[in-house]
Amino acid sequence: MSLVLTSEQTMLRDSTRSLLVKSAPISHLRRLRDERDPVGFSRPLWKEFAALGLPGILVPQQYGGMGLGHVEAGIVMEELGHTLAPSPFLSTAVLAATAIARGENEAQKQEYLERIVAGDLIATVAIDETGKHRPEKIALSAARSENGFVLNGAKTMVLDGHVADLLIVAARTAGTPGEIRGITLFLVNGGSGGPRAERTVMVDSHNAARLTFDNLKVPGSAVLGTVDGGWTLLDGVLNAGRAATAAEMAGASEEAFARTVAYLKERRQFGRLIGEFQALQHRAAHLYCELEVTRAAILKAQQALDESFDKAGPIVAMAKARAGKSATLAVQEGVQMHGGIGMTDEFDIGLFMKRVRVMQELFGDSNFHADRLARLGHY
Amino acid sequence: MSDLETFRRETRAWLESNCPPEMRRASQGESDTCWGGRKWKFQSDAQRIWLERMAEKGWTVPDWPREYGGGGLSHDEVKILRQEMRALGCRSPLDSFGIWMLGPALLKYGSDAQKREHLPKIARGEIRWCQGYSEPGSGSDLASLQTRAVDHGDHYVVNGSKIWTSYADKADWIFCLVRTDPDAPKHEGISFLLFDMESQGVSTKPITLISGASPFCQTFFDDVLVPKANLVGELNKGWTIAKYLLTHERDMIGGMGQTSESRSLGQTAAESVGLENGILADTVLRGQIAAYEIDAWAFRLMMERAGDMAKAGQAHPAISSLLKYYGTELNKRRMELVMSAGGTDALEWEGARTRDGSQVRAWLRSKANSIEGGTSEVQLNIVAKRILGLPDA
Ligand SMILES: Cc1cc2nc3c(=O)[nH]c(=O)nc-3n(C[C@H](O)[C@H](O)[C@H](O)COP(=O)(O)OP(=O)(O)OC[C@H]3O[C@@H](n4cnc5c(N)ncnc54)[C@H](O)[C@@H]3O)c2cc1C
Repeated sequence: MSLVLTSEQTMLRDSTRSLLVKSAPISHLRRLRDERDPVGFSRPLWKEFAALGLPGILVPQQYGGMGLGHVEAGIVMEELGHTLAPSPFLSTAVLAATAIARGENEAQKQEYLERIVAGDLIATVAIDETGKHRPEKIALSAARSENGFVLNGAKTMVLDGHVADLLIVAARTAGTPGEIRGITLFLVNGGSGGPRAERTVMVDSHNAARLTFDNLKVPGSAVLGTVDGGWTLLDGVLNAGRAATAAEMAGASEEAFARTVAYLKERRQFGRLIGEFQALQHRAAHLYCELEVTRAAILKAQQALDESFDKAGPIVAMAKARAGKSATLAVQEGVQMHGGIGMTDEFDIGLFMKRVRVMQELFGDSNFHADRLARLGHY
Repeated sequence: MSDLETFRRETRAWLESNCPPEMRRASQGESDTCWGGRKWKFQSDAQRIWLERMAEKGWTVPDWPREYGGGGLSHDEVKILRQEMRALGCRSPLDSFGIWMLGPALLKYGSDAQKREHLPKIARGEIRWCQGYSEPGSGSDLASLQTRAVDHGDHYVVNGSKIWTSYADKADWIFCLVRTDPDAPKHEGISFLLFDMESQGVSTKPITLISGASPFCQTFFDDVLVPKANLVGELNKGWTIAKYLLTHERDMIGGMGQTSESRSLGQTAAESVGLENGILADTVLRGQIAAYEIDAWAFRLMMERAGDMAKAGQAHPAISSLLKYYGTELNKRRMELVMSAGGTDALEWEGARTRDGSQVRAWLRSKANSIEGGTSEVQLNIVAKRILGLPDA
């Protein structure tokens, strides 16, 4: 498959871009942040997304979705990265939609997918329990009781977890933390009948929550996939999230880079443009190379998910590791090359640094993925 | 799609029955590679047979037109041929400056007669070329070159000297940048000439590298007569051709470290450093190797993407500077890790055990990657100015 976008994909990028530029430029994020908006994203904007079909990008057409792939989902993520717009796209359209669509349960698909497509259901996944992403260490317990399970434990960094209608919770039904066997996914309602949710205000002003499960009962029909055998589905969902996050980082870092290069052509010191200084030219050129190489890696990872979902793990790990590193460099250089103004809240460049820091941690940072690849390479 | 699948199947079958087993392992470096040329002595029958068979199909230069000895393959077919060669471990049948550099330049700028004369001989490995660009006073500032060519009616008379001319003592012909108008601004008085290294007045003096090898020379021209028919393109317009050729050279150098790599660095290190609890005993080195492998993988995809972008007409002309810069810095990183993994065993310079220090010599040789073909700093200058549009000082 060619590593350039098709014309349809380019059109999707352009239409997403014009929606975001119009309805959710960076000032949109600032407003939500400064007004301490209780939802943290704009529901009307999510409806606009739905009008374009975006929440259903990964949902098969038989459930009303667009039936497109991870390349297309990545295109949307990348555009979100450009304007830093908070939206439930990652939680709902990528993570939850992938989980349900691949969960092999017709009744669940019928019940949820069309509502996702319509923009009527906010759904998310609850996986991490510690500050560092270690999915095989899942400890939240799901014990059998009567016809269902009782959930006990806590989750952290649940995207949109404070407002989600549906939570896909990774729990342990057997084995011990560290084992991939014995993990089961559950569909749990959010809101009043669900776990206790505490919104966590994060550095990037996007949305996450801590969830506490205190003897929460769920019926047997809440199981997504198979009991004890949830790892493969979970791993696949995580890979979708990793590729999507990598794409958002690519968008954010390219936006930060474009703004930085523009500044180099505008700011004068010592009687000349700072972009004339070779020290800065070389750093900018190096960064450009890093970003281009990362772009190739991300596109390949997305294509790998579309071609052979279950085998894409290593290449997604590579792309996520690359994206984390080059995006970190992009935002650090971005702030540095702006000088003092780069450190001000009023100026946007710092917002990219904040968002990238979060994306870097999400679903495993560069070190996590490098370690994974080394293990796969037997060293 | 199905046409390509058929092509893949046929290609694989052809390679399986035609590539000699000895040619199915990576070349051990410059001295184990087939370079061709009038003076070439094949190192084995397998090497000769492999070249002959591939040249017969036009697959030494698969993307060149058939009429000039190429394979006439499309972009996608070339990609498949390379994938299948890689999968079977087939090495390149012929490497040469003619293939990498002069050929593409002649295809674009050469006259019909020049293409007919030179391209098939490059494709068949009959003539080996060297590159006369750098001079003692003109390296990064290549356009300041001083070698003179003066018009004497039906020929030019060339005087001057080139330096770092790789394989000048082994090459048959040279493509050479000469100054034909000393009064014009420096980029506008340069011409692109071809001539036989056996011409009267050409001499070479080998120079030894830190690796101990002596692959390059200082080259002297003393009243060398060059027929006017050997001027490529227009008089005084050689700089455009020179730059175009450099983009091909840079693509090639950038990709060098990646195409020769046959096994993972992590595996190599696991053997020499050892494992503890299933992971490399040197955990700091392990992290560095993993980071390298990730970057190398991504860079291979970047090369693939650059090809796809070129085909789609989306590639920036200066993308070769990115590939050159990134690929060579990556290769140097790799060689440092190889040395680190090898410890003192990797330091032996002579002796059969290390094949006369092939590894330590390769490590030293790799340091030239970010110098030859234009330094890393020069590539960054090009990216900064031409791609990012940053202002001149
Ligand atoms: C192994 C090898 C093989 C070669 N083969 C050939 C060949 O076959 N044919 C041929 O013609 N040439 C060949 N070369 C020459 C090569 O192209 C030159 O060495 C190269 O272009 C650098 O020129 P220089 O050596 O004069 O270094 P200089 O130009 O003197 O550079 C010295 C240092 O200054 C830096 N520098 C120079 N200008 C700038 C600037 N504007 N901004 C920032 N930094 C700068 C350089 O990056 C470098 O670090 C070969 C070189 C090597 C090492």
